[in-house]
Amino acid sequence: MKNKWDFEPQRPAFSRALVALGNMRKDVVVASADLSSSVGTSAFAQEFPERHFNFGIAEQNMISACAGLATTGKVVFASTFAIFGTGRVYDQIRQSVCYPKLNVKLVATHAGITVGADGATHQMIEDLALMRALPNMTVVVPADAPETEKAILAAADYEGPVYIRLGRANVPVCTAGKHCQDFEIGKATLMRDGNDVTLVGTGIMVAKCLEAADELAKHQVSARVINLSTIKPLDEKLLVKAARETGCMVTAEEHSHVMGMGAAVALVLVENAHVPMKRVGIPDSFGESGEPDELMEKYGLTVDNIVDGAHDVIKRRGR
Amino acid sequence: MDVPVSEGKIKEMEGIANNVRVHIIQMVFDAGSGHPGGSLSATDIMVSLYFGIMNHRHGEPQWPDRDRFVLSKGHAAPALYACLAEAGYFPVDELKTFRKIGSRLQGHPDMRKTPGVEASTGSEGQGLSMGVGMALAGKLDRKPYTVYVMVGDGENDCGQIWEAAMSASFFKLDNLIVIIDRNMLQLDGPTNKIMSIEPLADKWRAFGWNVLEANGHNIAELLEILQKAKHTKGMPSVVIAHTIKGKGVSFMEGAVGFHGKVPTEEQFKVAMAELGAKA
Repeated sequence: MKNKWDFEPQRPAFSRALVALGNMRKDVVVASADLSSSVGTSAFAQEFPERHFNFGIAEQNMISACAGLATTGKVVFASTFAIFGTGRVYDQIRQSVCYPKLNVKLVATHAGITVGADGATHQMIEDLALMRALPNMTVVVPADAPETEKAILAAADYEGPVYIRLGRANVPVCTAGKHCQDFEIGKATLMRDGNDVTLVGTGIMVAKCLEAADELAKHQVSARVINLSTIKPLDEKLLVKAARETGCMVTAEEHSHVMGMGAAVALVLVENAHVPMKRVGIPDSFGESGEPDELMEKYGLTVDNIVDGAHDVIKRRGR
Repeated sequence: MDVPVSEGKIKEMEGIANNVRVHIIQMVFDAGSGHPGGSLSATDIMVSLYFGIMNHRHGEPQWPDRDRFVLSKGHAAPALYACLAEAGYFPVDELKTFRKIGSRLQGHPDMRKTPGVEASTGSEGQGLSMGVGMALAGKLDRKPYTVYVMVGDGENDCGQIWEAAMSASFFKLDNLIVIIDRNMLQLDGPTNKIMSIEPLADKWRAFGWNVLEANGHNIAELLEILQKAKHTKGMPSVVIAHTIKGKGVSFMEGAVGFHGKVPTEEQFKVAMAELGAKA
């Protein structure tokens, strides 16, 4: 049977963490671009109006102004939808923030195809590719609400630019309880041990990997599950160890196949532990309108896709 | 109120401006690349700021209360480096390393490499927004500093400039002063032929700015207008500084070709002679 998850959206967790930071630290400031009530920065704005700046629908100005704020020693959290906070402002992130390695934390919500009915114009599925290409950028994808809270707090203490990717939909709470782990930027977490195959998930796909592991167990396949919450820098050590010990690997991400998490992991394996591998992700295409679950199904992001991938790599490994 | 600047002080600053022009020509010639035209047009403005207006400490570049200068038109880096060297941020001799491998003096300003450089710029249109951020922080922390941002006239083509302009007046950033180097030329040709930005003063006024104009090569006038800008409260100020691209070198003046072109050895000698320096 499937895991019985509690569901919780990530944005209220982000919102809570920001207010907590605002209380703890005077140097934390927040920037929004006319989406404060959607992304969750409005609570901070209410608590600390002096330290919240709404730039209107002007993301380019917002990002470079955040860089300016950061030059004075502020820790700046800028938040908007992933679609407007990455491609639209790639040059500002590159030139104003990453090149001078300033303390700007970009929290991008509504990422991925699960944005749903808004359709392809609002479904950002190539942000990980863009952000991980940038020198000095750190890329974090929390798996659920509790991990979101931890990631936001960790980002405030982390030196330099950080991109944090959050979704819109309710996501299963999978890092609490028996899977509870300390969160550290740059460290992947072992969610479940196993010997036959490794399933590496990020974001919303971590819970699906855990469900896939349950399914595989029914077929006497013991799957190891890793929550890869930091896409850059990659926890190469844990990945290579898992690849060597299980001999094959499946990655799962709510992102385009082109240069996302799976591609990043593949490069590590090619150079360090050449094992059969399968990437579960969105084919090189735009999305469309629909319910999140329908889209996950249509674009190949289901538990079955992961299970099939596992059988495929096990077969190719041939032991 | 500010003490009127003596004639002797003006003369001294004009001398520094001439030194800066000599450095610019030498740097660009040595490097074999760079942007002489827009550096020479910006020289008198930057000298006015660094030697007559701004509160800064060359021995303590990170002094929290310092006035900030952001060169949004980052390609005028030679003028900025020459000013910083003349002001004592690093040895004048280091100007020789401009654009060379391993140098602290990158082709475009890098705040992590060069003492005194406040922002990494070079991709047009972003420096004003950075200035907005610095000015917001100044207000938040009740700091006494003023942020000066130099914007190219061609840079007014960029949409981000207007996003930033709108936000600066909305946030009432009277601690932010923009100087537009209005030399009438951009890389491809005259600004009125490539992408007209007129009526420029009206545009900035419409965006909620206190608009002032000045002869960008008259240091006494620049000092007076910049002081006036500094004393304007409740809104940001912009000084449209009318300049000549390539100012100080006869064959570069008003010449589109010298936006990003290096003088030949012959031209280098003529330029240095005109500036009263040894080639």
